[in-house]
Amino acid sequence: MASHSLEVNGVVHHVEADQNEPLLWILRDAIGLVGAKYGCGIGQCGACTVQLNGHPVRSCSLPVSAVAGQKITTIEGLSDGDDLHILQKLWVEFDVPQCGYCQAGQLMSAAALLETNPDPSDEEIDAYMAGNFCRCGTYNRIRKAIRTAAEMKNSPAVTVADSGALPLAGVPQERA
Amino acid sequence: MTTRKPSSRLTDTLKGRLQARGIDLTTSTAAGEESLVVSRRGFLRLSGYGGGSLVLGCYLPLSGTPEVNAAPAVDAVELNTFISLAKDGTITIYSPGPEMGQGVKTSLPMIVAEEMCADWSSVRTEAAPVEERFGRQSSGGSTNIWRHFQAMRIVGATTREMLLAAAAERMKLPRTELRAEQGRILHSSGRSIAFAELVGPELERQPVPSPETLTFKDPSTYTLLGTRVGQTDNADIVQGRPLFGIDQQVPGMLYGTFVKCAVLGGKVVSANLEEVRRAPGVKDAFVVRGTGNPSELSDGIAIVGSSTWAVLEARKKLQVQWDESEASRDSWQAFQEQADRVSRETGETPVADSGDVEGAFAHPDHRVADAFYQYGFVSHLCLEPQNCTADYRHGTGGQADSLELWIPSQIPGRARQYAQSLFGLNPEDVTIHQLRMGGGFGRRTSYEYANEAIAMSRQVGAPVKNLWTRTDDIQHDYFRAAGAQRLRAALDAEGRLVAWQNHFVGVSNRGKVVPGSVLQPSEFPMLNLNHARASQTALEIATPCSYWRAPGANVNGFVVQSFLHELSVLAGRDHLEFLLEIMGEPRYLGAPNQWSLHTGRASAVIRLAAERGGWGGTVPDGEGLGLAFHFSHAAYVAELAHVGVDEAGKVKVHKVTAAVDVGPVINLSGAEGQVEGAIIDGISAMMGQKITMEGGRIAQTNLHEYPVLRMPHAPVVEAHFIQSDTAPSGLGEPALPPVAPAICNAIFTVTGKRVRTLPIADAGFAFA
Ligand code: FES
Ligand code: FES
Repeated sequence: MASHSLEVNGVVHHVEADQNEPLLWILRDAIGLVGAKYGCGIGQCGACTVQLNGHPVRSCSLPVSAVAGQKITTIEGLSDGDDLHILQKLWVEFDVPQCGYCQAGQLMSAAALLETNPDPSDEEIDAYMAGNFCRCGTYNRIRKAIRTAAEMKNSPAVTVADSGALPLAGVPQERA
Repeated sequence: MTTRKPSSRLTDTLKGRLQARGIDLTTSTAAGEESLVVSRRGFLRLSGYGGGSLVLGCYLPLSGTPEVNAAPAVDAVELNTFISLAKDGTITIYSPGPEMGQGVKTSLPMIVAEEMCADWSSVRTEAAPVEERFGRQSSGGSTNIWRHFQAMRIVGATTREMLLAAAAERMKLPRTELRAEQGRILHSSGRSIAFAELVGPELERQPVPSPETLTFKDPSTYTLLGTRVGQTDNADIVQGRPLFGIDQQVPGMLYGTFVKCAVLGGKVVSANLEEVRRAPGVKDAFVVRGTGNPSELSDGIAIVGSSTWAVLEARKKLQVQWDESEASRDSWQAFQEQADRVSRETGETPVADSGDVEGAFAHPDHRVADAFYQYGFVSHLCLEPQNCTADYRHGTGGQADSLELWIPSQIPGRARQYAQSLFGLNPEDVTIHQLRMGGGFGRRTSYEYANEAIAMSRQVGAPVKNLWTRTDDIQHDYFRAAGAQRLRAALDAEGRLVAWQNHFVGVSNRGKVVPGSVLQPSEFPMLNLNHARASQTALEIATPCSYWRAPGANVNGFVVQSFLHELSVLAGRDHLEFLLEIMGEPRYLGAPNQWSLHTGRASAVIRLAAERGGWGGTVPDGEGLGLAFHFSHAAYVAELAHVGVDEAGKVKVHKVTAAVDVGPVINLSGAEGQVEGAIIDGISAMMGQKITMEGGRIAQTNLHEYPVLRMPHAPVVEAHFIQSDTAPSGLGEPALPPVAPAICNAIFTVTGKRVRTLPIADAGFAFA
C-alpha cells in the first residue's frame, strides 16, 4: 500500500492503494465515480474508458502508480458544469443509448477523437471507436452523433435538423 | 415463457361489455398466457402517497392470477400501477417492466401520457418498486408492450376524464365543451387551464370513472405514440450517473467475489482459506454450500473484503480442491457427433404429422432435398457482468432477520422466493430494488448471483456487493442451446413446396428440455403444407442453457429460412415469389389471434423488405442480396441483406433492410433502435461466436476468445414499419432471427456456397 495523488476532473484525491490497483477500481470504489464501467478487465471492451491528458485510456488496465499526478477526466467531468458537452447533448438528441452501459466509455473515446481530429470521416470514426464494444448495437447512432458534432463545430450554422440523422420529433409513419 | 392457464372466470357478459368499449380482452397466447384483462375494480384514488399531489392507482388484476373477477378490493394492497400529479405540474408515471435497454421505462409511460393528453416534457418516469401490488414485473419474451398496453391506456384515460370533470367545475363550463390537449384543458372560447392548476380540491372530489365508461383516443389523433421519443434515462446515462446494479454504494458496504468450480457441478473439498483471509483488505473467506441447482446457488468460496481489487487479488491466492466426481463431463466434439448421429433416426418425441409425407417424397414427379443444419452454444455477454448487492440484517431482540437487495434482474421480484426458501426470511422482511440492467438478453432470469450476495452479507454482517468477473460471467452463463436439425422437403413438378420433414435435436438439463431448444408444431412452414412431419430429441447435458434473445426463433429462423432458399434455388424460382407462394391466401395458421401467423401480414412485410431493399435489382460483382422472414413474439419481420463476399470468404454486410409489423408502433425511436440492435446482435453471434467445452470445462474466458461485432462491421440498417390495426406487440427480440439466414442466403448468391453451420466462421467465413 502506498499513497497516490490523483487529479480527477480537476480535483486532487489522495488515495491509499496497492500500486498495481487499476485506476478503474480506484475511481469506482475509492473515489465513488462510477461512470466508468467494468466490462472485461483486459482492455478489450472500452467500457472503462477515461481520458489521461486528453487521450482515451482503458482504466481497467492502467495501474494507479502509472497515472499519479496526471490529468484524468472521467464521464463525470466531461460536461462543463451544467452545460453538457456537445456529444452528450447529441447522444440525448439522437437517443443513442439502449442499455447505456457502454456509453460513458463511448463518449470519452468520441470526445477525444474530436479533439485530435475535428473532422473525421466515417472510416476514421470507425477505426478510432473500434475499441469500444456496444453489446446493444448502437453503433450507427454513435457514428451519426459524432459526425453531427463535427459538422456543428466546424460550421456553426449547421443544426441537428440538417444532419440527416434521425431527429427525435419525427412523425408517425403511415398506418396500414 | 411460463405457462399459465388462461382464466375461465371472466364472464362473457363482462367481456362483451368491455369489448363494446374498445377494451380488448383475453388474447390467448401459444403458451396459454393471457393479456391484461380489465376487471370491474377500476381505478382508485390513493391517499398517503403523494404529499400534496394527487395519486391515482389502477386496480387491475395481477396478470395470470385466476381471480380476475373477484370482489372489488378497496385498499391499496393490490394496486398495479400508478401515476402521480404534483402541484408543480410534474407527472410521475411508474413503469412496471424492468429496464434492460429495450426502452420499456419510456414506452409504457408514453401510453399513459398519450391517453391523458399530457405534455411529455412534464412527465417523469420511474421504475415501480418491486412489490406484489404492482403486478407482473418481468421483462422477457418481448411481452411488456402487449401485456400492459391496455392497462396503461386505462390509467391515462381515467386521469384525463377526472381532469376534465375538475376543470368543468373550476371553469363553470359544461364538461362536454372541454377537451384536453398538451397538459391543458381547453374551451372553444380560448379559455384554458393547466393540469397542474387542477391538482387540488376539485380534482380530489371527482368520482373515479369505471373502466367501462372510458373512451380512448382515436389513433389518428395521437401526438406522442408513434413519434420518436428519447429514453427518459438518457441524460443520466450520458453523465455517468449511478443507474446500474454495479454502481450501487451502500454505507458500510464490502465487496465480494464468489469462486465456483470451473467444471460445472464441482464441489468444494478444501481450500487454503487461512491464507486467503490474511491477504490485504480481506475481511473473510469461507465455503458456501450449493443447492445442487446452479440457477439457485452452487458450491463455492466467498471472499469478502474492502474493495473489488482486494478480493480479486486475494482470489489469485486461492487454491481449492474440488470434487468433480459428479461434475459435468460435456464435450463439444462429442455433442456434435452425437447430434449428427441421432438426427439420422426419427426423434424420440413426435411434434407434427399431417398428410402423407412418405407418399409425397416417393412421388415420381417430385424432387426431394435433404439438409443437415447445426449451431453452437452462445453466451449472453451482457456488458454489465452479473452482480447484486445484499444487506442482510440479523434481527435483534427477537426481531426476524431482514434483507435489502439491489438487483439488476429481468424478474426482480422472484428473488424474494429464494430469500424465503434458501435463507428462511419472511417475504415481508425482504425489500427489493430493481435497477437498470447493462443488457439482459434473457440472462438475468436466474438468482445465483443474488443468493451468493445474500450468503456473503449474512456471514459478514455487512452489506456486500457481489460482482462476477467477465470470466465468471462467460463460464457460468446459461447458454443459447446448441443443436442440429435434419430436414427433407419435396417440390412438385411445378417447383411448389409440397412436403416437409424435420428432426430437431436439442438439449435438456436435469431431464428437462431447456427453453428455446424446442420445435413447435406451428413452426413455419409446417402449417402451410398438406404434408408435414417433425420430431424432436433432447440430448441431456450438464452445461446450463436457457433463454437467449428470441429463444427458439434465433435458430429456427436460420434453419427454416436457409433451407427454403435452398429449395427455391433447386426449383429454379425467384426466392421472393417462392416465399409468397408458400404464404398463399391471407389467413391465420391456427387460432385467429396474435400468436398465430397471419399469412397476409407475413406477405406484406416480405414484399416491403424486398421492395425497399432493391430485390431484383443489380448489385456489383462480388455482392448479393439475401432475403428471409421470421414470425416470432407476435411480430412479423422480413429482412433483406446486401452482402459482399471476396474469394477468401471475407464478408462485408453493407446494409440490412427490415420490414416489421408489430401493430402500432409505440416509440418510433425505440422501435428503430431495437430493430437495429437485434440485427447487429444477430450478425455478431452468427459470425464467430461459439462456446465450446471439453471435460465439462468451458474453453472461452473473455472477449479475446469470443469475437464481438464492433463499429467498423456495423451495417447500415433501415427499418420500415407496417402498422397493422391490431394490438401492439413487443420488439426486443423478433428482428434478430431473420438476419442470419438473410446473410447466408446472400452469401450463397455470391459464392454458390451454402452455409449450414452457425457460427459461419466454422464454414470458413469471417468479417472483411
Ligand atoms: S473493462 Fe476496461 S476495456 Fe473492458
Ligand atoms: S448501449 Fe448497451 S452496451 Fe452499449
